[in-house]
Amino acid sequence: MKDLLDLTALEAHEAMVGGDLAASEYTAAWSEAAAGDELNAYLWRDEGGEEGRAIAVERDCIAPIAVKDIFTTEGVPTTAGSCILEGYRPPYTSTAVRKLLEAGAPILGKTNMDEFAMGSSNENSAYGPVLNPWDRGRVPGGSSGGSAAVVAGGLAPWAIGTDTGGSIRQPAAFCGIVGLKPTYGAISRYGMIAFASSLDQCGPLTRTVSDAALLLGILQGHDPCDSTSVGIEGGVSLPGREDLSGLRFGVPAELRGDYDSGVRDVFEQTLKRIEDLGGEIAEVSLPSSEHGISAYYVIAPAEASSNLARYDGVRYGMRAGGDGDLVQMYETTRSEGFGPEVKRRIMLGTYALSSGYYEAYYGQAQKVRTRIAEDFTGAFADVDFVVTPTAPSVAFGLGEKTDDPLSMYLNDFFTVPMSLAGIPAISIPAGLAEPEGGGPQLPVGFQIAAPAFAEQKLLDAAYALEQGIGFDAKPGDGNG
Amino acid sequence: MAELEAVIGLEIHVQLATKTKMFCGCELSFGDEPNVHTCPVCLAHPGVLPVVNEQAVRYALQIGLALGCEIAPHSIFHRKNYFYPDSPKAYQISQYDIPICGPGRLGDVRIHRAHLEEDAAKMIHVGSSGRIHGSGSSLVDFNRGGTPLVEIVTEPDLRGAAEAAGWARLLRETVRQLGVSDVNMEEGSLRVDANVSVRPAGSEELGTKTELKNMNSFRFLQRGIEAELARQRELVESGGTVEQETLHFDPASGSLTSLRSKEEAHDYRYFPEPDLVPLVPTEEMLREAREALPELPAARIARYEEMGLASDVALTLATDPRTSGYFENVVEAADGIEPRILANWVTGELAAALRQAEVEGGAADSRVTPPALATLVRMVQDKKISHGSAKTVLAALVSEGGDPEPIVEREGLAQMSDSNELEAIVEKAMAENADAVEKIREGNNKAIGAIVGAVMRETKGRADGGEVNRLIQEKL
Amino acid sequence: MIERDQVLHVARLARLSLSEEEVEQMVGELSGILEHVDRIGTLDLEGVEPTAHVVKLENVLRPDEPRPSLPRDVALASAPEPQDGAFRAPSPQAE
Repeated sequence: MKDLLDLTALEAHEAMVGGDLAASEYTAAWSEAAAGDELNAYLWRDEGGEEGRAIAVERDCIAPIAVKDIFTTEGVPTTAGSCILEGYRPPYTSTAVRKLLEAGAPILGKTNMDEFAMGSSNENSAYGPVLNPWDRGRVPGGSSGGSAAVVAGGLAPWAIGTDTGGSIRQPAAFCGIVGLKPTYGAISRYGMIAFASSLDQCGPLTRTVSDAALLLGILQGHDPCDSTSVGIEGGVSLPGREDLSGLRFGVPAELRGDYDSGVRDVFEQTLKRIEDLGGEIAEVSLPSSEHGISAYYVIAPAEASSNLARYDGVRYGMRAGGDGDLVQMYETTRSEGFGPEVKRRIMLGTYALSSGYYEAYYGQAQKVRTRIAEDFTGAFADVDFVVTPTAPSVAFGLGEKTDDPLSMYLNDFFTVPMSLAGIPAISIPAGLAEPEGGGPQLPVGFQIAAPAFAEQKLLDAAYALEQGIGFDAKPGDGNG
Repeated sequence: MAELEAVIGLEIHVQLATKTKMFCGCELSFGDEPNVHTCPVCLAHPGVLPVVNEQAVRYALQIGLALGCEIAPHSIFHRKNYFYPDSPKAYQISQYDIPICGPGRLGDVRIHRAHLEEDAAKMIHVGSSGRIHGSGSSLVDFNRGGTPLVEIVTEPDLRGAAEAAGWARLLRETVRQLGVSDVNMEEGSLRVDANVSVRPAGSEELGTKTELKNMNSFRFLQRGIEAELARQRELVESGGTVEQETLHFDPASGSLTSLRSKEEAHDYRYFPEPDLVPLVPTEEMLREAREALPELPAARIARYEEMGLASDVALTLATDPRTSGYFENVVEAADGIEPRILANWVTGELAAALRQAEVEGGAADSRVTPPALATLVRMVQDKKISHGSAKTVLAALVSEGGDPEPIVEREGLAQMSDSNELEAIVEKAMAENADAVEKIREGNNKAIGAIVGAVMRETKGRADGGEVNRLIQEKL
Repeated sequence: MIERDQVLHVARLARLSLSEEEVEQMVGELSGILEHVDRIGTLDLEGVEPTAHVVKLENVLRPDEPRPSLPRDVALASAPEPQDGAFRAPSPQAE
């Protein structure tokens, strides 16, 4: 038998169901591995104490899982990577976690993240950055950096994260693993601390596409606590496609732009691989997608500025300046509790919604969004999938982009349009490339996007491509 | 200076009598201990989401239909963003430019719109010892937070304080009869704010308006508006200009205090609520709402007026469904007697008799059955008993129930139908009151009262006053 | 692009207090971001409906049935300053 930790979640599940593997043994092995976290990926781990009681599973029969610290877990610290929620223990558990527990997946721990999911490098956490297991001088991506790092770094078999503008896909790409953002509404947002309500979605970060399918199957579904949830009709089955014949993959003409040559090479190679597997490559046009970043960085901060207004020191979380008057308490609490990126986005969002600016910013951005969605609908009349590199570069160095917020935002160039359109997209590791400045090779992600609720088709194609690529590099294989 | 006219609009908040809150399943509270009806949603914990209460939507549709509003085929919720401890999300979920109910009308006042929203929590201000301002505390009780509200906004069609209070009463009665709210101003399930301005009479333009709040009875509403109108009139007449502000009415002193703080006016930064989806009232929902409407006061008033009732009598009956139901039964039993006469008996003599006897409840709860009252009135119409005797019979009906005929018989109250007998009594009375007769002949008609009185005493009130008068005049 | 006054005004709206240094920085950073974002202002989007809702759902309603509320001690457990069964907050400035 393979080393326990090498089993995919699916393999482990099948072994458990088949009686060949004791779930408790499997979980114990992972708990031990998780305890060796040197990447600052976990903010809390279940060490078998009192705290984890409220979220203990009755029946342990699915691989234990790491959960981004943005999901509320009753009685267990939930910080969203922020100071303002330091020590906060929610009085309820999020639906996504509840479903995991009901399925029999113990929670290994809560993972580190960019504060309130705002970031593309996990350098915005109040609890320190997460290190990329491939090269500890580099970022794992964000905002689900912790979730990606634990999966890539052998600290968890799989994890859940959230994706608002690329926050699952981009860290998955930087860490050489699979990351899926489902259709908006596929998974309940109840208990998922809100950043941008019309964009946030829960999704799997896994080592294989099959694991992602297994996890998606557990998580998806309509939730009466979330008015915007619908689930995926017909559920999700494990993928089994062998090749890509009969499928058309569209490459958007507009999403060329300026990006790393190493990434471009892997992307082109993957396109050839698709053709080798019988797929057809075509060019599509998404004229409004180049404005995706602009629209996103109006809509997301605007919604965030409203979602984060509840952190006011009155009912939970941090309170500072309580000896002053009300406004002083609000201002001191929020100014001390939020980090610089969060403040920046709150300011941006408040401005975009403020009197006199709403139409020009928020109103206009929501129109761009409609156009972007229409562009995809148009493209999908011609092709089955739209493909792009997941990120414009491989993982960059810690501190490399923190001085220029805009350059950090441009990381999301390829991922944001899908978020705005609400359609599902997956990133799978497609190869390795040298960073622009030279150095050991790092993973490159390949993004496939599909029409709304076409997750099954998407997973089937991604699976076939994944098998065809045969990516098997691991951190520490003589790199980094 | 041209005469100034008052221009008043009202903003009404109705707390709906649903079982649970607008966006979560917590029960509504009635004077309970603080914070016993809360949950992660209405406490706005991280990660929670609202889900719309179906009954609140039904009630809003009923209110809209009762007010003759256009029901929006498609309406959405918006976030109204502002920081205050009684607003846990730091935004209120409300409706902004696409409300569920559009223009309508109630009586003489046009309705601008009505929409759904959630109530704020309750804040109790607690002073800090020794200090007057600043570092006191607010204690926040979230029981009320999230209670469903319908906000109704009128056009500025009201022209006076009394008119405004009167219309507010009509609105209250209309909503009360729908059964969707307790609409109790003292308890806070009905809140009425007024927007008040003045302008030269005949002008089409609107003056600057001020907003009046905290008037928690119809009486205070009227007084508050009166005070503000007086203030604005004086200001304008002395050459000043009215500033837009919010004024808080103090019932104890009857004065208005400005709430204009040093801060700028709120910028609510409205945007569509992304956590909720649109309301699209279906044919079935509208049909059910329509069917749930009782005949409402305004319609009833119109119907009664058509039946010949005076406006004020129609209004009195229309605002009391049980009494108006009783009245309609009397009309049916009376078969042919003018409804106007019957209505006057119900709201006049019967009401007085019930008060006199200190009977609890109204006509419908009394022992006087509609057929009994109908018979009694017919007896008066047919001159079988005098109006005065009828009042005596009515008092007996109130205490014993039953029918009027046996009571008339028992008390010997039948009107004198034998004119010979009456004539003889009149002649006798005239003979015994010769000086009164002399006075009448001299032109002092008031003296007739003495003779009529004597006749009435002799006949024990059974004589018809009109007939007695006629006989006296004849024999002069 | 964005002026200092506007930054201070927006900070007030958002209940954030910024140090002098932070204000300076914010002016620069926000201006840079807005310059990029402003591109959408040049697009001709006449007649395009803004996206208000991503999922095409309507009338998602909840039956008016009571669900258990939190026990008060649980509701107050996270409160920074519970007092007399309520959440204490400083009073607003004298109005």
